[in-house]
Amino acid sequence: MAHSIDNANVTRRDFIYVASATAAGVGLAASLWPFIDQMNPAADTLALKEVEFDLSPLVEGQIVTIEWQKKPVFIRRRTAAEIKAAEDVPLDQLRDPQADKDRVQKPEWLILVAVCTHLGCVPDKNNKGEFGGWLCACHGSQYDTSGRIRKGPAPKNLAVPPYLYLTDTKVLIGAEPKPAAVVAEHG
Amino acid sequence: MAHGNYSYKPTNAFMKWLDSRLPIVRLVDESVLKFPTPKNLNMWFTFGGILTFMLAVQIVSGIVLAMHYVPHETQAFDSVERIMRDVNYGWLLRYMHSNGASMFFIAVYLHIFRGLYYGSFKAPREVLWLLGIVIYLLMMATGFLGYTLPWGQMSFWGATVITNFFSAIPLVGESITQWLWGSFAVDNTTLQRFFSLHYLLPFVIAGVVVLHIWALHVPGNNNPLGIDVKGPQDTVPFHPYYTTKDGFWIALFLIVFAYFIFFNPNFLGHADNYVPANRLVTPAHIVPEWYYLPLYAILRSVPDKLIGVILMISAILIWALLPWLDTSRVRSNNFRPIMKQLFWILIVVIFLLGYLGAQTADDSNLVFFGAELPIGKLLLSQLLTFYYFAHFLVITPIVGLWETPNPVPESISKAVLAKKNGGAVPVAAE
Ligand code: HEM
Ligand code: FES
Repeated sequence: MAHSIDNANVTRRDFIYVASATAAGVGLAASLWPFIDQMNPAADTLALKEVEFDLSPLVEGQIVTIEWQKKPVFIRRRTAAEIKAAEDVPLDQLRDPQADKDRVQKPEWLILVAVCTHLGCVPDKNNKGEFGGWLCACHGSQYDTSGRIRKGPAPKNLAVPPYLYLTDTKVLIGAEPKPAAVVAEHG
Repeated sequence: MAHGNYSYKPTNAFMKWLDSRLPIVRLVDESVLKFPTPKNLNMWFTFGGILTFMLAVQIVSGIVLAMHYVPHETQAFDSVERIMRDVNYGWLLRYMHSNGASMFFIAVYLHIFRGLYYGSFKAPREVLWLLGIVIYLLMMATGFLGYTLPWGQMSFWGATVITNFFSAIPLVGESITQWLWGSFAVDNTTLQRFFSLHYLLPFVIAGVVVLHIWALHVPGNNNPLGIDVKGPQDTVPFHPYYTTKDGFWIALFLIVFAYFIFFNPNFLGHADNYVPANRLVTPAHIVPEWYYLPLYAILRSVPDKLIGVILMISAILIWALLPWLDTSRVRSNNFRPIMKQLFWILIVVIFLLGYLGAQTADDSNLVFFGAELPIGKLLLSQLLTFYYFAHFLVITPIVGLWETPNPVPESISKAVLAKKNGGAVPVAAE
């Protein structure tokens, strides 16, 4: 036994066992990855499509649902009262505090991903609920006129998708807004 | 012990030859036909056989449905309608499969409640019980995946809500749901993988059923008295005694199954699932299939996403702790005067939760048979959820220690004979 007494039982062969088990383990883990990753959104799904929408036919108070990235999107032309209601809410009353002005580019047009942040239902556009926004009938979440969560199990506000005003009455949903344009709109 | 005194003896030269090469006839003979089974099993012990039969029904009807079904978002709904209208006997196959799933769940619930009542989860059957929970979870997954396939409104929105449970996981929830969908929402990719998995899981279930039966055959069956088999006088061979008994109850079960298929095939389903999936509109009132309703009520009882999902999952996983939470020495509730009543209270609580799970999600007062009760639906489901968990976590351990069980009989055969002669059941001297 040329080695130290403590390691009397450790042989070169043990090293080979450990090394080959490790190599096999790493190889196995690496070969699992393609089987897992194939489930993630594929390239064609990821090819993020933009959707153009003409705002001009909407009358005040109207809500329409369009499809973007397989998800429903609400476009709501808010009334003056709805805008005021959204702006007047003190932030400390909100579960997911966010000012109305941070959720719109032009106060008249509220554009939201219409996916309830609870478990993914589309809130009912014919039932405005207690806060004048939307009621999600699935499990009773209530949103206000800015699409912020006010009551029920949903944890977050309805998401605001990226969008860009192409003209005064045309939006391109899915496109990042030009910062200058946003600033100009808010005055 | 269940190990009997029977041993297989090949009767001719060919069987001897085969037995020394592949002892498959021996396996069937020893572990099915001659398997020593307690004499006193009642009808509640026939659901194992019924479940095995229903698994076969689902697999056979499913495989033929898959010959006509098209797993694509543009064709799935129409292909199911084509099965219903044009494929020879397609309506029968589909109604067998859709009602078969419900019957399968009726049987599994009765099977589980049987186990709870007679203490079948207690030592030495813990592994058997845990494997049963695995089967139940796999059934839930299979039923859910299958329900997505017709691609109606309930399919689509049920799939959306249930896959979104995963989005409750902090930090990685969103990525996990997109991984499950293969998209930004439930989509054609989701449908295709759900079909693949719906085809796979029943065979996984079949595999776990083999383990379940293996784990059953080590300690042997429990029985309504909950006492151990003490010798051959307590048992009879499985065949012909229990093949006949199981066969009889399978036949009765089939009558109920046939009633649904032929007279009320959509009773357990939901009309909205005959509306093709529309990703822009959720139906006003979405409810899961009846077999998920109590869990759905638990999910909705807390106005917090993560806690709701955790409670719902725990409601099943808590069963896995039961062998260690139940502190009683006695298995069968027949001899547990207090636990017996608590068992029935638990059943009522589960039914009430199921009832609440089917209601709309507003917090109005409960209306029961036309009368408005002075209690809100939300509060009631919270109380019931609380009781449900308390039953397992608090009541069961305490009652097991504190209750004085009635004396149990000395042996199965003595109890059976005493019952037959109308005499008093001899009690074990303890
Ligand atoms: C554990 C066993 C199984 C259960 C609980 C189950 C459950 C279900 C359910 C609930 C549905 C929806 C029925 C409807 O509303 O139309 C369904 C559909 C379907 N299942 Fe299964 N299934 C099982 C096994 C299988 C197997 C082994 C296959 C084989 C491929 C299969 C193939 C299908 C097909 C093609 C459909 C779509 C046609 C239809 O909706 O009727 N199933 N399943
Ligand atoms: S999905 Fe909207 S409240 Fe549950």
